[in-house]
Amino acid sequence: MKHLSRYRRHRAAAPLLLIIALLGIGTTFNVASATIKSTPNTFSRSAAIDEGKQIFLKGCSSCHGLNAEGGAIAPSLIGVGAASVDFQVGTGRMPMADMSTQAARKAPVYDARETAALAAYVASLAPGPAIPGDEVLNYERDGNTAEGGELFRNNCAMCHNFAGQGGALTQGKYAPTLMGVEPKYIYEALITGPQSMPVFSDKTLTPEEKLSVIKWIKAAEAEPNLGGATMGRIGPVTEGLLTWVLGLGLLIAVAVWLTTKAR
Amino acid sequence: MSAVSNEIEIIDDPGAPAHVPRAADLNPRSEKRAEQQVAILFGLSGVGSLLLIYSYVFVADDIFIFIPIMGNQNAHQLGLGIGMAMSLFFLGMAAVHWAKTLMPETEIVNHRHEFRSSDEDRADFVKTVKDGVAGVQLGRRKLIKRSLAASLGLFALPPVLLLRDLGPLPKKQLEMTSWKAGTRLVTDPGNRPILASDLEVGSVVQTLPAIAEGTERLLSDIAKDPVLLIRLRPEDFQLTPEKFAMTHEGIIAFSKICSHMGCAVALYEQQTKHLLCPCHQSTFDVTRGAKVIFGPAARPLPQLDITVDAEGYLVARAPFNEPVGPSFWERNSQ
Amino acid sequence: MTTAEKRLGTVANYVDERTGAAGWMKKSLTKVFPDHWSFMLGEVCMYSFVILLLSGTFLTLWFDPSQREVVYEGVYEPLKGLKMSAAYASTLDISFEVRGGLLMRQIHHWAANIFMAAIVAHLLRVFFTGAFRKPREFNWILGILLVTLGLVEGLFGYSLPDDLLSGTGLRITSAIIQAIPLVGTYISFFLFGGAFPGVGFIPRIFTLHVLLIPGAFLAVITIHVMLVWYQKHTQFPGPGKTEKNVVGQPILPVYMAKAGGFFFIVFGITAFLGAVASINPIWLYGPYNPGQISAGSQPDWYMGWLDGLVRMAPPLETHAFGHTISWNILIPALIVPGILFTGMALYPFIESWITGDKREHHLLDRPRNVPNRTALGVMSITFVLISLINGGNDIFATVFDLSINQIMWFSRIAIFILPPLAFVITKRLCLSLQRADRDLVLHGRETGRLVRMPSGEFVEVHEEITPQERWTLTSHEQQPALELSETDSRGVRRPGGFKNKIRVRLSKAHAVSVPKVTAQELKEIEHH
Repeated sequence: MKHLSRYRRHRAAAPLLLIIALLGIGTTFNVASATIKSTPNTFSRSAAIDEGKQIFLKGCSSCHGLNAEGGAIAPSLIGVGAASVDFQVGTGRMPMADMSTQAARKAPVYDARETAALAAYVASLAPGPAIPGDEVLNYERDGNTAEGGELFRNNCAMCHNFAGQGGALTQGKYAPTLMGVEPKYIYEALITGPQSMPVFSDKTLTPEEKLSVIKWIKAAEAEPNLGGATMGRIGPVTEGLLTWVLGLGLLIAVAVWLTTKAR
Repeated sequence: MSAVSNEIEIIDDPGAPAHVPRAADLNPRSEKRAEQQVAILFGLSGVGSLLLIYSYVFVADDIFIFIPIMGNQNAHQLGLGIGMAMSLFFLGMAAVHWAKTLMPETEIVNHRHEFRSSDEDRADFVKTVKDGVAGVQLGRRKLIKRSLAASLGLFALPPVLLLRDLGPLPKKQLEMTSWKAGTRLVTDPGNRPILASDLEVGSVVQTLPAIAEGTERLLSDIAKDPVLLIRLRPEDFQLTPEKFAMTHEGIIAFSKICSHMGCAVALYEQQTKHLLCPCHQSTFDVTRGAKVIFGPAARPLPQLDITVDAEGYLVARAPFNEPVGPSFWERNSQ
Repeated sequence: MTTAEKRLGTVANYVDERTGAAGWMKKSLTKVFPDHWSFMLGEVCMYSFVILLLSGTFLTLWFDPSQREVVYEGVYEPLKGLKMSAAYASTLDISFEVRGGLLMRQIHHWAANIFMAAIVAHLLRVFFTGAFRKPREFNWILGILLVTLGLVEGLFGYSLPDDLLSGTGLRITSAIIQAIPLVGTYISFFLFGGAFPGVGFIPRIFTLHVLLIPGAFLAVITIHVMLVWYQKHTQFPGPGKTEKNVVGQPILPVYMAKAGGFFFIVFGITAFLGAVASINPIWLYGPYNPGQISAGSQPDWYMGWLDGLVRMAPPLETHAFGHTISWNILIPALIVPGILFTGMALYPFIESWITGDKREHHLLDRPRNVPNRTALGVMSITFVLISLINGGNDIFATVFDLSINQIMWFSRIAIFILPPLAFVITKRLCLSLQRADRDLVLHGRETGRLVRMPSGEFVEVHEEITPQERWTLTSHEQQPALELSETDSRGVRRPGGFKNKIRVRLSKAHAVSVPKVTAQELKEIEHH
């Protein structure tokens, strides 16, 4: 340490520290995204409904009411359908951990079997959108990337940003990032309209169109960084920051070196 | 603390500090080392140029390499860029290092002179100008003076006039959209007509006016025509009777073009029933006829009067009753 | 004489016999340039400009400045088959089908961002050190002209690719033009060739972007640099440096090698950014369509503060006599920046009016020695910074888990409170630093070494500073405030008494400072 402290007042100390700090900032740009696997359900329907009801009474009814009729702080779940339950519980948004402005994606509380049971129970209350099967979700076959991009920019980009990175809504709410979200959940969100998101009916945004949107999102997700580090794909704000910090920072560091007398 | 006069005895200027020679000025080994360092820097520049050439010719543009922090990078692009950066950067570094360590570095003092010209020169100048101006005789020749002024005045007009054909006159273009009574609302993109029953409560559709088969939309129409359809429960509305009459079974239609600066206002929050413009964050309350509840917009979004036609498809009952988009001087907003 | 020297001699003789250049060149080559890192900021601007010219010329070789509609058939899969303008399609081709094209596009954009950043940094350096004072007022005004040109040039460049983001920028530009009372609608229709987005804007701004504005830039930069050359560079105060001289390295060889090398370094760093950091990935934005929008649509940083001001503006419009005046656009987008830029351009004259100082100045001020000016500068920076933050409020909201409404309200209030606060704090800070300077001159530097006196008391050893340092800390002049009598020599009240009152008050505020150490005081302390 003594050795190091000798260099504390060295001319290069400040620029060097700056560079180290910059590298530190750079690494924090790495955002990890969790992936969640779901397993197919293979158990009898009525048994599932019963099991789902038990889970519901234990884990959900305090807010959503004993018969899922809703309460002061939570909406009614009658008629929201299995897709809604699968989305909310499968992505960990429900049960909500706290009463924040918006339920965030987190590790799910219930496993695939329990989620399926809950979905079956809620679906049994009144008809609603069903969970799309793998056959429906074959976006690779049924979707069109370019058309999906056009639809995305018309229907999704205003909230989720041009590259699906998410964006701000009013009063601290936000549209989450779409990167790393499973096709099933994107599809379910489109047909059920969770939280702030509106519903995109099958008549106005057809199932094929929805698959095209998913295909485009997956293409954007898989797209390598064609022009270098992306800095979040969130537009000119990070670009401006980098201009000042790294661009002008490096230039001033060189200018300081250039104008000091050699020893 | 106070204002201080300058009439005080100031501390003397000790003069420029003594020149301190550099290591390379004194020690032949340091000199040699500096020379080698410059050569290495020039060498690195050369390596950069070679890297650029190699990447341009031999690295295909579909090869990707993983680099920590940066993620998957295009090897071709990265090779070209790093090569170019190296070849330029080290060339400059070499020149500067050369200048700093080896070129003579004694400081030189230049003297300044005041910029004000000498009194004689100024007097001469004034005389020359006066003589010159007198020679023009503008003061005496009134006729020339007046005709010159008139011709110069006229002369300024043609250049402005010549720019007239840059564009058409606005006329009533900003007041009008393509919507007419009976125009169907169609999905954008897709151009499919929409049944009222197609929309569930909480759903939203981006629409444009239907156009005849085989015709193309102009971008200048898309800049005015987009309409956002939103379906609420009819009891959620808090509208005046006139505005409520413009909705159809809970479906309400607003111009998607912001009344502030014309961005597409389409961030619809289903729970709060607010519309947000991503450009400047004007927030409109859909239940109250897109009343501005936050941000810089000063007017609600224009509402389109809608109904259904004989086949049950949603149509405009009437054109917009006010201009859509940002304000302009000729707009009658009363 | 070597053969090379002989050959050069022949060329020099040939040129000199026809131009008489030798006399002038002789003087110019020994011209000196003082060394300080902050003096290199102006060079960064100039070099970035050259980089912009070079990379921009490369881009024009493939760019098709046309709004003609084409169907994209290039290599980028996610856009294949879409209708778009030829401008956008050709920008995609430059990015994906011209080898090195994407690199050049990114270098061009990074260079533009750095150009504007360096201009601002250079402007601040000149402001805080008082380099704009007589005889350099003209050059200050030319500098303000260059910033303004830079803003316009940057906006046009950002608009040319015709992607969703740049189209949104143009939409906002057209709304600002439309908001101008009386003529706005007409100007907008003429500029765009019809109702927005019109048919002619891309080719028109292309001509402005690559010909007219760069030409104006070139002319103004030339005059700007020639004035520096002619008036000689300012220098920081220090031993051996006076108002009558300039101390530094001669043009030949050291300065030329350093400045020439620095050009390549600036280019290299810009190329490095172009290589490793993606900027404006237009292929992700998609082609412009007025009915579409992306969350977080922002201008480039140098326009961001204007966007931020527009965002925080109150929803004010006047509706009268069948006309509409949009104060919510006019105030933040035209009036406030107009006042700011005019004030900036006039500042040298305002300051000299306040101080009554009409002398030439070639020695720079240390910012702390002119507290009022420094505080004014920091106040302006604070104003712009708050606006800039509000211009990215949606990004900051998502990154830092805040609400856009909170940030907006913060900005709306802070824009009135923080700048004056920054003024007061900075002024105090400057005076504290002056006091510290005074202590340093009088008592020397604290060494941290404690010595025990014979009496048993501990004292810290202070190390005396060198005469050179002492000179640097005391050579500045402290001008007294103006004293304007209300009556003239014959006892008659002067006209314009109110104006004089303001002037005297401002002058007093400007002259506030901690008295610097005099030789007298120093002598006294030595006797102790």
